Amino acid sequence: MLEVSGLTVEYATGKAPVLAVDDVSFSVEDGEFLGIVGESGCGKSTLLFAMAQLLSPPAQITAGSVTFSGKNLVGMTDKQLSALRWQKLSVVMQSAMNALNPVKSVAAQFADALRAHGMTSRKAIAGRSAEVLRLVGVDPVHLKSFPHQLSGGMRQRAMIAMALLFTPELVIMDEPTSALDVVAQRSLMVQIKELQRELGFAIVFVTHDMSLVSHFSDRLMVMYAGQVAELGGTRQIFDNPLHPYSKGLLEAFPGIRGPKVPLKGIPGAPPDLSIVQNGCRFLPRCPQRLDECATTAPELVPRDGSTVRCLLYAGACTNAQPSTGAKK
Amino acid sequence: MTELLRAENLTRHFKIGGSLSRRTLHAVDGVTFSIGEREIVALAGESGSGKSTVARLLARVYRPTRGQILYEGKPITQIRSRKAALAYSARVPMVFQDPFSSLNPVFRVSHGVLRVLKLHRPELSGHARQAEAERVFDVVGLGADMLQRFPHELSGGQRQRVGFAQALATKPKLILADEPVSMLDVSIRIGLLNLMTKLRDEEGVSILYITHDIASARYVADRLIVMYAGQIAESGPIEDVLGDPKHPYTQLLLSAVPDPKAPPPSLAALAAASGERGEPPKVIDPTPGCRFQPRCPVAIDACKTVTPELTAAVVEDEAFGATGAGVMAVREVACHVAQTGAEVKAFT
Repeated sequence: MLEVSGLTVEYATGKAPVLAVDDVSFSVEDGEFLGIVGESGCGKSTLLFAMAQLLSPPAQITAGSVTFSGKNLVGMTDKQLSALRWQKLSVVMQSAMNALNPVKSVAAQFADALRAHGMTSRKAIAGRSAEVLRLVGVDPVHLKSFPHQLSGGMRQRAMIAMALLFTPELVIMDEPTSALDVVAQRSLMVQIKELQRELGFAIVFVTHDMSLVSHFSDRLMVMYAGQVAELGGTRQIFDNPLHPYSKGLLEAFPGIRGPKVPLKGIPGAPPDLSIVQNGCRFLPRCPQRLDECATTAPELVPRDGSTVRCLLYAGACTNAQPSTGAKK
Repeated sequence: MTELLRAENLTRHFKIGGSLSRRTLHAVDGVTFSIGEREIVALAGESGSGKSTVARLLARVYRPTRGQILYEGKPITQIRSRKAALAYSARVPMVFQDPFSSLNPVFRVSHGVLRVLKLHRPELSGHARQAEAERVFDVVGLGADMLQRFPHELSGGQRQRVGFAQALATKPKLILADEPVSMLDVSIRIGLLNLMTKLRDEEGVSILYITHDIASARYVADRLIVMYAGQIAESGPIEDVLGDPKHPYTQLLLSAVPDPKAPPPSLAALAAASGERGEPPKVIDPTPGCRFQPRCPVAIDACKTVTPELTAAVVEDEAFGATGAGVMAVREVACHVAQTGAEVKAFT
């Protein structure tokens, strides 16, 4: 249903352009839940904006396509896009707290979106607004409320309700739960998943917190420095991560149960994307580096049902021993 | 373990609304706890539970409405002179949540550290200050060359280390760390948590670690205090509390932590576990009664009318209290049901 292929986004800066999203390809099936994880600066939010055609200069899509229900969104006019937005595809922004207009009531903001897409009858607007709010478990009396009168969790729910006004086929979510505490977070995730089962839309869920999606997403895409590091089934990646970065991310979570073990995290910081590198981008932080990593940029290769970008799994190097201990 | 700081019946109310609709927000209500020497105490709770207000009360940013804070046995409300105030803030510095806005962007990071040294340790000469700045940078895992960097040249993790270096420069006894890692990426959080344990073990400082992340609290802390709606719900040695949480809110908090290593529970099980919608508690002009009662599945009649006191929970192991660990090892819970000795199983 959604096919992203070879998508590349550059930020035109004074010096060299910054390659924020580099040749990213993936697809989303009907009714699927795809999680995209990575640390800040890895390009996950830029990717999501590019998918929804919401980028503004200096960011620019320089290559690739985003095919949604058979149509390429890249290069569409605003008019063509607005026919799809809200109705077929909607976006829930990060910190929904700030994405709502503080001087308009929730009802007015819902009506705005509904009217823009041809619903004119006041009665129908009021009916639909109440209906979606009820869907996300918020009492429709809050339609009269202004955003500051709602709690954080309720605002996030109102944003999700808004995205569901036209029952779209795809909802793109950018860290919708990051401002909530764990209890509210889980209750919202369960709700999103229940809505998905009920209404059948597909979800692309961007987050920096891998453990959050562990029980909810069907497939997981791990991004590092603008590229796909690993893409595979969620359980597969959690049980048997292939890329050293995925492994590192998983080991960076202290457990709540079981024995306490000292953890190391991943030392170092992500690379500067304005500097073109020859080898693997994860090399300086990688505990399993090979000699070739400095010179050969790894390609995505299929492995055990996942795809992974790492020379450890490239055919030519299967016999090579990881030079562990080369650098701690 | 010697007691370093003690808060007694600490209370902070804020007046809100105009003169016609004056209401009172009970941010912190009758909180009593202590922090020992060389101890990391985690203060956990949801947003709005009053945990940051507690830190600001300890840092003397706010004056308590009621109650008092004793530092090494002396009440800090009696601090009058500037000298005494400086001495206290040197012993109890704060590390802030946002490493991106807590460093001045137009100065090199050495500026902050050197200023702190000049203010709090005027006896040091220029050379000694520089040497001390290099020493604290080294302790927090930054090279001496980092002193000459500007904040924008550092990553989030490095900036937060600068925050700890500044706190360390005053020879502190207790660092108040308000969500020090929540703005950092998962991959570098652990480094900062390891730094906190290192500061405890090697520099001998205590840390009040304020967080909403129970898993990271377990990783670094010796003791856990769980706050709910401005009051302490439960406290005790962290492994004991997490292994056998007695307060229903602690149980809810624990059950909500995603465990990626566990096989995924069914959606129905998840939905049942988070059956309640997580309504925020009433802290504006609260009425007597347990503040968790509207969300509590095991509430009894008393919960609606009588505010539960924080009292020592039944500890099965009697030797526990006799080891001389004293007040630090006591488990306390503020729940009518748990206080009857009944086993509370509200959320699993």
